[in-house]
Amino acid sequence: MERSLDSTLESVDHAEDLAVGLARRAGFDEEDLMKIGLAVRESMVNAVVHGNRYNTNKKVRFSASMNGSRFTVRIADEGEGFDYSHLPDPLAPENLLRTSGRGIFLIRSFMDDFHARRLEPAGTEVTLVKFAVSK
Amino acid sequence: MSVKLSTRQVGDVSVVDVAGRITLGEGSSALRETLREMVGKNQKKILLNLGDVSYIDSSGIGELVSGFTTVTNSGGQLKLLNLNKRVKDLLQITKLYTVFDVHDDEAGAIRSFA
Repeated sequence: MERSLDSTLESVDHAEDLAVGLARRAGFDEEDLMKIGLAVRESMVNAVVHGNRYNTNKKVRFSASMNGSRFTVRIADEGEGFDYSHLPDPLAPENLLRTSGRGIFLIRSFMDDFHARRLEPAGTEVTLVKFAVSK
Repeated sequence: MSVKLSTRQVGDVSVVDVAGRITLGEGSSALRETLREMVGKNQKKILLNLGDVSYIDSSGIGELVSGFTTVTNSGGQLKLLNLNKRVKDLLQITKLYTVFDVHDDEAGAIRSFA
């Protein structure tokens, strides 16, 4: 499934519902559905808030698919790009009491694969993968 | 509705019963405002009952941390009560479980403030 979504918090909820619905039909258990849902939510928040900065002229492209045992979600914004390779470790003692900076960590913890790439001329696309046989 | 917050007083402890979702937007800002208001009223002993929290995201976790810091810096104590598995798992994976004083029993939590 593919959707072009507005840069709103309602789109965050919508994308999470879409992804969890597809994953549920694909047979993931409740534990995995929670992980997929939260990972998609965090990725959508990054796209809407940090990428597109709630700009109503910018869209978030969302797609989700099940191919064999591989469940893949792609989320792309039209922002200025984000460097995912240099993020502070939220588990470091000096960062434990920070009020932000845990989203990407949770995505990486909950999915089997996560990567991001810059888009031309602008934007960032993240890919989230969960395998149905990962347990 | 994303989140419902109600406060009650048990002795000198202010208990905040939180129900629903603590996520970016209304949920996390409502929690922030409630805690700031309590600190503004010089309430030093605050117990957050999260038993009916159905969902929390990284923004919600950030608000718990922010609340903890705000209350602690004002000379008070903020403790957590009734974490469900989902919230507990998230606090453990983010290494925050040991930062908070977490209780499963309200009476025991109230006594721990003394």
